[in-house]
Amino acid sequence: MITVVNYGLGNVQAFATLYRRMNIPANIATTASQLENTTKLILPGVGAFDHAMELLDASGMRSTLEELVLHRKVPVLGVCVGMQILAKSSEEGKLAGLGWIDGRVRRFDESTLPRPARLPHMGWNDVMPKNGAQLFNGFEQGCCFYFLHSYHFECASSDDVVAKSEYGMSFHCAVHSNNIYGVQFHPEKSHGYGMRLLKNFAEMQ
Amino acid sequence: MMLRPRIIPSLLIHDKGLVKTVGFSSPKYVGDPINVVRIFNEKAVDELAVYDIDATVRGQEPDYRMLENLAVECRMPLCYGGGVKTVEQVKTIIGVGIEKVAISSAGIANPRLIADAAEAVGSQSVVVVLDVKPRPKSTVYEVFTHNATINTGRTMLEVAAESQKLGAGEIVVNAIERDGRMIGYDLELAGQISKATNVPVTILGGAGSLNHIEELIRNFGVIGAAAGSLFVFKGIYRAVLVNYPTSKERDRLLESLVHVA
Repeated sequence: MITVVNYGLGNVQAFATLYRRMNIPANIATTASQLENTTKLILPGVGAFDHAMELLDASGMRSTLEELVLHRKVPVLGVCVGMQILAKSSEEGKLAGLGWIDGRVRRFDESTLPRPARLPHMGWNDVMPKNGAQLFNGFEQGCCFYFLHSYHFECASSDDVVAKSEYGMSFHCAVHSNNIYGVQFHPEKSHGYGMRLLKNFAEMQ
Repeated sequence: MMLRPRIIPSLLIHDKGLVKTVGFSSPKYVGDPINVVRIFNEKAVDELAVYDIDATVRGQEPDYRMLENLAVECRMPLCYGGGVKTVEQVKTIIGVGIEKVAISSAGIANPRLIADAAEAVGSQSVVVVLDVKPRPKSTVYEVFTHNATINTGRTMLEVAAESQKLGAGEIVVNAIERDGRMIGYDLELAGQISKATNVPVTILGGAGSLNHIEELIRNFGVIGAAAGSLFVFKGIYRAVLVNYPTSKERDRLLESLVHVA
């Protein structure tokens, strides 16, 4: 069972609807007890870093999530701000992140952006996965996803980077360490590419 | 490769149905919102915008139930505008799964709303929509509200600069006089707003063919090209037919971008 964590941010229903359309069982957890039977987790999110951390703390699910992810090694996919909070910190906020993947979240450097420099990075952009990255199975011909963000993940170790994209500079748009995955773009809003990626996550052993 | 320009069907909600107007009046029914979203899913559109044109003038709350239904159905990013007056409303709209919230008249009357919304949900989700019209015999554009019935007396460039300073993550400018006329985008307008901003901008009003979109992209590169009539009508009798460029046609539009760069 794929469980979408509903801590009050992000399009939880869109993930559940997409999975059900692909005949993959999915539910939504709003309380810690609803996380019990999960085999995989989706951690969505839109908006500001601190707002996401505050809501996650207030949801009463954080300690259960930490138990599931860090001790029982349940695979988790963070999406957009749900990915950014996997990091230790963000230049956008003051609160500490979950720290599940070693890295920090930085603001795009306006001096490197194409002229006229526009932020947020908004729209469809190419994503270049690392060879053999399971999350990107079937994307050998290239892939393109919808982005909406002004801050980006920066992994401490290049081993944790599974895909890069470019906006003025190359940045880490998909990360992976052990059972923990994150993508900056919105697979739930990226048509066929997004559905394929979510299916890959669901089917991963 | 690169970030692509966004081609955005922009739909109007009136009496719970989707409509298309001409010059901000004479709404013509084009279909049920959920059905139209499903058709746009199949056509893999870049993103979608819906504006409730009743909410502000009737003093109504956004229809959260309908928005939630749309957000669940929509497989591309969705922007909602109409009747948004408070940060609480902005948070509720983001909470039901909409990616971007458009603020217009309330943000012009009370700029603090834009700052508070950006603080609460992040700039990337706060869109400011400006309905604009040039002063007679002038290229100075003024901002109107309440479906173009009230002239704020402020210029587009002034309000745009203020909005992005306060934290708006996107500015949509809507050329009132071109609404529904399908005669092409106002390139003077697009040039002015493009030069004056450092957030993504989207131009709405006037698109009548893919050539018009190509013209916009050729001149301004990565920009949002929004259209209503173009994506819901077909032919000179304006028969309702939901449509969108095919992936081949979109590739051709991108070529004009590569040509610029």
